Amino acid sequence: MPIQIADLELAVRNAFPVTHLEIEDQSSGCGESYAIFLVSEVFEGKTTLARHRLINETLKEQIAQMHAFSQKTLTPKQYNAQLAKGN
Amino acid sequence: MLRSVLQTPSLSARTALSSSLRSPAFRRFLSQEARAKIQAAVEESPVVLFMKGNPQMPQCGFSRAAVQVLEMQGVPPEKLRTYDVLEDSELRSGIKEFSEWPTIPQIYVNGEFVGGCDILLGMHTSGELASLLEQHNVIPKTEPSSEPSS
Repeated sequence: MPIQIADLELAVRNAFPVTHLEIEDQSSGCGESYAIFLVSEVFEGKTTLARHRLINETLKEQIAQMHAFSQKTLTPKQYNAQLAKGN
Repeated sequence: MLRSVLQTPSLSARTALSSSLRSPAFRRFLSQEARAKIQAAVEESPVVLFMKGNPQMPQCGFSRAAVQVLEMQGVPPEKLRTYDVLEDSELRSGIKEFSEWPTIPQIYVNGEFVGGCDILLGMHTSGELASLLEQHNVIPKTEPSSEPSS
């Protein structure tokens, strides 16, 4: 069974606090390629590599079934700064 | 040759794999020999990119993007080594276990894992990638511009 957005959302929300979450199926609904944008306080003090490893570990079972996976991670402070800039 | 080392594991390796399958902390088996070969590969050149396809004919958008970023950074061909994981399924899975990173492409600078496409693009945008490449003498250091006298 292909990965569903709900599967990814559940796994993320069960792992750590979520300030903002966007999940996009980039394979026209086939569930083979996803992009995720996650804002969480858990990323405070972590390098980008460490953040991505955290997500990779959290979603490792799902990622293993995908053709492609892309992610963007921000802390709430970074996200708010981005919003303030109008991005 | 990297390919031959990553082919079918020996009987003892398969036994070890069978045993580790019962472990709740199971990780796919990567022999010491295979790990050593991959280690040698990532250290072979100042910049090493494991990708789908090759720089002339990337086989996926993320690999293409990685190549383009390195080109934009001015990484000279003689300092870049690429491996096409589509030509070697054992390498494709082995490099993921080696780096504990689940996707391709993967980039290494001076033998150290840097990240995948997302990280590479982010570092390119922020200027971190240029700094890293300059630090390891992959690209020339940029001279600070001096203010013209008035």
